[in-house]
Amino acid sequence: MSRCSYTGFFTISMDSLHFLCIPVLLFKTMRRYLAAILFLFLLIQSGCVHALPETRRAEKVSVYEEVLPNGLKVILLRDPSAILAVFQIWYYAGSSNEQIGKSGMSHLLEHMMFKGTHKHKEFSRIIKRVGGIDNAGTSRDYAFYYQKLAPENLHLSIELEADRMQNLLIDPEEVESERKVVMEERRLRYEDDPQGLLYEEVVAAAFKNHPYRWPVIGWMSDLKRITRDDLYGYYRRYYVPNNAFIVVAGDIDTERVLEMIKEEFGPIPPGEDIKRTMIEEPPQSGEKRVYLKKEAELPYILIAYKAPNIFNEDSYALDVLAYILSDGRTSRLYRHLVDQRQMAISVGAGYDNLQRYPFLFYLYGTPMPGRDIKELEDALYEEIEEIKKNGPTEREVQKVKNRIEAEFIISQDSIFYQARLIGIFEVLGDWRLKDRYLEGIRRVTAQDVQRVAKKYLTEDNRTVGILIPKGRGSR
Amino acid sequence: MRGSGFLKIVLFVLIFHLSCISTPSYSLDVEREVLDNGLTLLIVERHNLPMVVVTVGIRAGSVLEPPEKAGLSNLTAMLLKAGTRNRTAEQIDEEIEFVGGELESSGGYDYITVGLTILKKDIILGLDLLSDIILNPVFPEGEIKKKIKLIKGSLRASEDDPNFVASKAFIKEVFDGHPYGRLIEGSEESLRGISRDDIIDFHRTYYLPASSIIAIVGDITADEARSLISRYFQIWKPGGPTHPRVPSPPRGRGGRTIVIDKDLTQANIIIGHTGVGRDNPDYYAISVMNYILGGGGFASRLMQKIRDEKGFVYDIYSTFSARKYGGAFEISLQTRNESADEAIEEIMGEIERIREEPVSDRELEDAKSFLTGVFPVRIETSRRIADFLVAVEYYGLGMDYIDKYPEYINSVTKEDVLRVARKYIRPEDLTIVIVGDREKLQTW
Repeated sequence: MSRCSYTGFFTISMDSLHFLCIPVLLFKTMRRYLAAILFLFLLIQSGCVHALPETRRAEKVSVYEEVLPNGLKVILLRDPSAILAVFQIWYYAGSSNEQIGKSGMSHLLEHMMFKGTHKHKEFSRIIKRVGGIDNAGTSRDYAFYYQKLAPENLHLSIELEADRMQNLLIDPEEVESERKVVMEERRLRYEDDPQGLLYEEVVAAAFKNHPYRWPVIGWMSDLKRITRDDLYGYYRRYYVPNNAFIVVAGDIDTERVLEMIKEEFGPIPPGEDIKRTMIEEPPQSGEKRVYLKKEAELPYILIAYKAPNIFNEDSYALDVLAYILSDGRTSRLYRHLVDQRQMAISVGAGYDNLQRYPFLFYLYGTPMPGRDIKELEDALYEEIEEIKKNGPTEREVQKVKNRIEAEFIISQDSIFYQARLIGIFEVLGDWRLKDRYLEGIRRVTAQDVQRVAKKYLTEDNRTVGILIPKGRGSR
Repeated sequence: MRGSGFLKIVLFVLIFHLSCISTPSYSLDVEREVLDNGLTLLIVERHNLPMVVVTVGIRAGSVLEPPEKAGLSNLTAMLLKAGTRNRTAEQIDEEIEFVGGELESSGGYDYITVGLTILKKDIILGLDLLSDIILNPVFPEGEIKKKIKLIKGSLRASEDDPNFVASKAFIKEVFDGHPYGRLIEGSEESLRGISRDDIIDFHRTYYLPASSIIAIVGDITADEARSLISRYFQIWKPGGPTHPRVPSPPRGRGGRTIVIDKDLTQANIIIGHTGVGRDNPDYYAISVMNYILGGGGFASRLMQKIRDEKGFVYDIYSTFSARKYGGAFEISLQTRNESADEAIEEIMGEIERIREEPVSDRELEDAKSFLTGVFPVRIETSRRIADFLVAVEYYGLGMDYIDKYPEYINSVTKEDVLRVARKYIRPEDLTIVIVGDREKLQTW
C-alpha cells in the first residue's frame, strides 16, 4: 500500500502514507493532506464550536489518555459515528536515530516486524482473516504500525502488537531475503525514478550534519551491510514501552479497550531511557546546487529552503504561503506558469513542518517540452520576489483559510486520519499541539506571509537540484 | 513502508471489480429515483459531518470515441471547467476554491465522472457550478489548445515512469485495436486531429440525462437532495438514443514477449491477457481465485513466493480488471534485471499450480472472510460511497448488491476456483511485457 504509482497523468494514488514515497510528485497532495489533518481535534479540545456550528460529531467525540507504569502512553479516541476502528502503535525509532553507515536500519526493522515471533508467524494473515487491513510506515522521526478493522476485533491488534514488541525473531535467513526486498523497494522508488533520486540528492546536499540528511530507506551501500545483530540490538533498545505510544480510535468501548491493553502490554518491562542528543545543523550562508544526469524525457527542478518546524510561529505563515503558491488552479504557480505562460507541465510548493527538527520548504516543477529549465527556475524565483515585494492579497489569504477550515472538516470523514493526526503531534511532543494549529493559521496576515517569504526564501538559504536528461550515451 | 500495492488494488477493485462489498452487519440506506428526463438519482443521508459529496457518472467514456480521435472523451471531460455560458474558467475556479470546495472531472473508459465535495453551507453554490459545467460548457478555443498542450506534455513526462511504459505496451498488445487498448488521454498524434467541433459534438451526443447517474451522499435529507437536484438538473434535455454498439475486445493474439529497452536497474514486468467483463457470472469465483493467486497482498501466493521466499520484489500482485465490455488479467512486478528470468519462471509455476490443484480449505476460507469482511474498510468515507454507488448503478448490480455480496462470495466452492482458474487463465495466451535494461536481462 505504500506504492505511490499514479494511474493517469493527473491521478495520484490516494495512499495516505507517503514517508518513503517519491516525495516530489506528492508534495502537493501531502502538504494538503497534512494541513488538513492538522486540526482534526481542535474543536473537541478548544471548544470553539462557534466556528463550525453544524459539527454535531464534535460534541460526541472524546479523547482519553493514560500512561501505564512501564511508560507506555495510551491515547483513546471515541467517535460514535465511526464504522471502523483503528489501532496504531508508534515507536520513536525513525531514521534520525541511526548511526552513520547504518542508514535504513529503522525501515528494514519495520519490514522484519512482519516476519514473525515464536507465537505468531503470520501477522497480516490473521488481520486479513477478519477483513482487516494492516501496514506500517517509517519516517525520519518514527516508525508506526496500524490495523483498520471492526471494533470487535481490536483484541487481535492488541495481542499481536504486544507480542511483537517483545518476541520478534529476526531470523537471519529472513533478514537476507527482506534485505533484498528493501533493495528492490529502493530501486523502485529512487534508483529508477529520476525525480525521487533528485530529492535524495537535494536533501543530502542541504544538510551537512543533521541525520535528516540521509534517506529513510537508506543508502544502497548501507543496506548491504546492516547485520542481523544490528537489527536485533536496535529492536531491543527502541521497541520498548517507554519509547512508544498507542492510539486507538473508533466507536470503541474505552474502558474495555484500556483493560485489554493493560493486560497485554502492562507486564512488558520498560527499557533503558533513551537520551536524545540535540544535533544542530549549522547555518547555511550561500546557495548550494546539485545536478543529476539520468536517462529521462524531461528535466526537472527542485528547490529546497531550510525552514522552521511547527514550534516556530513563522511556520503558520509559511504554510499559508505554500497554499497561496500551489493549492488549486487559482494558485499563483499554476495560474501563472502552467495556465498563462504555459512554460510548465506541473509546478508546486511544499512544506514539511511536522517534524521534530526543522526541515525544508520546496518549490518544484517540470517544464513544458521544448522549454528551458533555467527559464522555469527564474520564473519560480520571480513569483517569490513578487510575494516579497507586494505580499499576497487579502482575498488570497482568506481563500487559503477557508480552504484549510473546509479540509479540516472533510478530513474527519476518515477515522484513520484522525488517529494518525494524534500520532503525528504526539511524536512532536504532545498530541494537544494540534489544537494550536488552526488558531495559528487564523492569526496569519498578508504581512506575515510577505515577511516569512523575505526571511526564509532567500538565495543564500536554498539548495537547488536540477535533473538533466541524458540519452543512453554509448549504448 | 512495508508496502504491498494494496491500496492501489483496493481502489482498482472498488472502481472496476466491485469485489469488495459488504459484511452482513453493514449496509447502506440508498434512495434511488429516476427523474422525468431519465437522470438516475441515488441518495444516502449521512449526517456525521456538515459536508456533501456528489459524484456524477456519465456514459461518455473513451469506448465511444473514434480511434483516430483517441483522447476526445477525456478532453471533453477535462474541459467542462474551461468556461460555460454563464462563467469563465477563471470564475469557476475562483468560486469553488474560495469556499474550500472541490470540483473535478476525469475521463474513463466506460464512463467519465465529475465529483463535487463541499461544505453543507455552500451546497447551493456547489450544485449550481456542477450543473453549469455539465449542461452549459462552451469549450473556448484557447482553453482547448492549452489543455491539449498540457496533456501532450504530461504524456511525454509519463514516459519516465517505467510502469506507465509497460502498461501502455501491454494494453495495446492484448486489446488489439479495441478502445481498452488505448490510453484514455489519447496520443500526441490523435490529439492533433481533434477540433472544437468534435468536442462540442461529443458533448451534445453523449452528455445526456438518461446516460447519467448522480450519487449524493452527506449531510442532506433525501427530500432536500431530490428538490435540489430537480432544480438544477430538470432542465437537462433528454436528447435522442445514441449509443453505438461497442464490441467486446478480441481474445487477443497472446503468447508474445515484448522487451522495451531502458536504462533501469529494475525490469518492470506485466504478464497477462484479456479477462472478463463485469457481467460475467463467474466474476465472484474469479475474485476468490485471484485473491488467493495474487490479489490478496501479503496473503497471496505470489507475494509469498516471489517476495517473502525469494526476495525478488518489493511488490507483486495480480488483478482482473472487469469493465463493461471486457477486461484484462494481469500480474505486475518489478525486480532487478538480473532476476527477471527467475521471477517469471516462478510466476509461471504459480499459474500452473492454481490451474492444476484445488486450493486448500484454509485458503478458500481466508479469501472469503477477507472479501466479505473488508467492505466497511473500503467505503469508509462519503467520497468512497458516492463513487461506489455510481459504479453499482452503472454496472447494473442492483441497490441490494451490498447485502447480496457475502452470499455471492460465500457460495464459491473449491471446484469453482479450480474451474475458473482453468477457464480464465490461459498460459498459451500470456503476453509478457518487460521494460528494462536489455543487456542485463538474461534471455530476452
